[in-house]
Amino acid sequence: MSKKTLTGAQILWECLVREGVDVVFGYPGGAILPAYDAMLDYPIRHILVRHEQGATHMADGYARATGKVGVAIATSGPGATNMVTGIATAMMDSSPIVCITGQVGSGLIGSDAFQETDITGITLPVTKHNYLVARSSDIAPAVREAFAIAKDGRPGPVLIDITKDAQLGVCELDWEDAAPDMASIDRSGHSFGVDPIALINAAQRPVILAGHGIILGGGEAAVRAFAEKTQIPVAMTLLGIGSVPASHPLNLGMMGMHGESWVNTAIQEADLLIALGMRFDDRVTGNIKTYAPNAKKIHVDIDPAEFNKNVTIDSAISGDVGAVVTGWMSTLVDVDRTTWLAHISDQKGDAAVRDIKNLPDDGHLYAAHVINDIWRITEGKAIVVTDVGQHQMWEAQYYHHETPRSLITSGGLGTMGFALPAAIGAKVGKPDAEVWVVVGDGGFQMTLCELATMVQEGLDVKICVINNGYLGMVRQWQEFFYQRRYAATPITGPDIEKLAGAYGIWGATVTSRSQVQSTVDAARRQKGALIDFRVEQEDSVFPMVPAGNDLHNMIRRPSPIVETSAD
Amino acid sequence: MQTFAVYVDNKPGVLNRVSSLFRRRAFNIESLTVGHTEVSGLSRMTIVVNTDERGARLVEANLYKLLPVRRVDNITRVPTIGRDLAMIKVQATGDARTQVMQLVDVYRARIVDVSPETLVIETTGTEDKIDSLLEVLRPYGVIEMVRTGRVEMVRGTSQAITVAPSRGIGDGPTRTADGGAISV
Repeated sequence: MSKKTLTGAQILWECLVREGVDVVFGYPGGAILPAYDAMLDYPIRHILVRHEQGATHMADGYARATGKVGVAIATSGPGATNMVTGIATAMMDSSPIVCITGQVGSGLIGSDAFQETDITGITLPVTKHNYLVARSSDIAPAVREAFAIAKDGRPGPVLIDITKDAQLGVCELDWEDAAPDMASIDRSGHSFGVDPIALINAAQRPVILAGHGIILGGGEAAVRAFAEKTQIPVAMTLLGIGSVPASHPLNLGMMGMHGESWVNTAIQEADLLIALGMRFDDRVTGNIKTYAPNAKKIHVDIDPAEFNKNVTIDSAISGDVGAVVTGWMSTLVDVDRTTWLAHISDQKGDAAVRDIKNLPDDGHLYAAHVINDIWRITEGKAIVVTDVGQHQMWEAQYYHHETPRSLITSGGLGTMGFALPAAIGAKVGKPDAEVWVVVGDGGFQMTLCELATMVQEGLDVKICVINNGYLGMVRQWQEFFYQRRYAATPITGPDIEKLAGAYGIWGATVTSRSQVQSTVDAARRQKGALIDFRVEQEDSVFPMVPAGNDLHNMIRRPSPIVETSAD
Repeated sequence: MQTFAVYVDNKPGVLNRVSSLFRRRAFNIESLTVGHTEVSGLSRMTIVVNTDERGARLVEANLYKLLPVRRVDNITRVPTIGRDLAMIKVQATGDARTQVMQLVDVYRARIVDVSPETLVIETTGTEDKIDSLLEVLRPYGVIEMVRTGRVEMVRGTSQAITVAPSRGIGDGPTRTADGGAISV
């Protein structure tokens, strides 16, 4: 490709376009103005957000829905600091995003200039890498390397802070010369421990722990083939949901704090855990000292820094999950595991989550009903984007995901306010998909300003607000562990149906179970919808492993709260 | 204790990235030194960390996640030469001065500055040796001390550095002595 003389701002867009970017989520301001001016001359769709946090969540939602790198752009100072929560969210959940921020002129750096902030310093612990670019000629190599890093190995966020003079300066763009040198990144020699094949072939009670890494690496088919060949049951982390179809006979369901009892019990009784692209978060292990006490542990992850971090590993294999398990296939022997599978199945008993459509209406509106109905009405085919809290756990339990990337949720950081902007990003990336937001009335109010973004961009996102008038998950903890002292958890909000009207969105209020079907049906015919589901106020998520408790010591789902009509 | 030789790009902000990693992951740095290597653009850190072997593996894996880190060697279990350098300023007048000078001889240290009231003693060696010298000097009145922290090298024929520095992208501007910052 021939060399071109361009401004730094033009080089930025030239490189983004060549990296395959056609949409960015952003908010303009002084220090990023040269870049915004140049943007008009490039084939880029710019989504104007209402708050820069939204831009990062949108880029994140876009990345999670499509597997491509999402791009967010903002100005210096407050524009950049507003991005921090979204960057940290992407870091914890290994989501590939590139954030571009304007910076004051390089002559002003360190002088506390207007809207100056040390954003590379601030974001250092929450990015894979970041750059302070003060030369026009550094823009192309920084952008190319940033995209490579965001996608490479364990994905994550990268930030490029570009001074105003670097945007304005003129230099030659040499695309080839700007190519990143990723070959020098060390990947070898991080596996250790005993032979995993011997452990697998000898195991009588093995469980696969399926995590986000399977989906990030596109290893779903390989993992499924491995599970089917070995007849090993699969437990999923929250972010691993979709890695194996919910309806697959070997899929036990979600593990951890709000995992089903038989899943956690199986893990506790196992003689081998095969952890694939997951990281033994405290929310999935419970008390680490009593976690799966009789199990050997195999850990496959592309990030060797995860090995032995939380749980002692017997066999650690660093690499892409799909490639590693595929490499195992030829050396696996057939082991009869029907007794183990039958044993797990027996544990389900009456505790299983069922499709609750046939339960008689008892006059109460439960969130679980709403989510289970949305699952049935959308035939399980929607992309559901959740916020954080009770509704998130009910979604994980009552919406059964068959395909990867169909549940988008903030797992590691647990970022309230994530859902609406992330859903906007998902819809931009997957315009033909039916996208539903499931959000609580607390988290919804954190980022509802993005309703205007959704309307301005003409995006068809359906929003289900699980409105219980409480910060429900915290209220639940207060009920269980703080003697029902509801400190700062009762929360009011706007009339959501009227709010929909104010934004020009179709809205509805649902107060009884009998209205759910017709309202969801009606919403699906609209371009964008906002529904206020006024659910049972003091409902709780079950089962529950209290934080730090043994994984098998669950507070069980008390029938009859959700499961029967006898309430 | 675990000792690492860490090769990093000699660029602004790299020390911050490395130290931030230890802080964030709650590893306690016992000592950290940094200086140039024989390869232009490449610096070498000797980092001593208060952790066990399991922690060492985590430290190493996490260091490799930092882009400017080019190579990490855990040299805890290989034969090495480790040296610390100290300068100690001691109150030394009259008889004390002679006694201090004899101690300096015994420890094979050197006197590098003399004033009517004080001596500055320079010494290199293991931390133990320097600690020991410090203790015997204390009664005379140690006014100040500065130490480099340990630098360490593997004995015998070990491999030459095969890593090269990455090119400097996004180093940011450098503030000049006259107060204005320029882009370099």
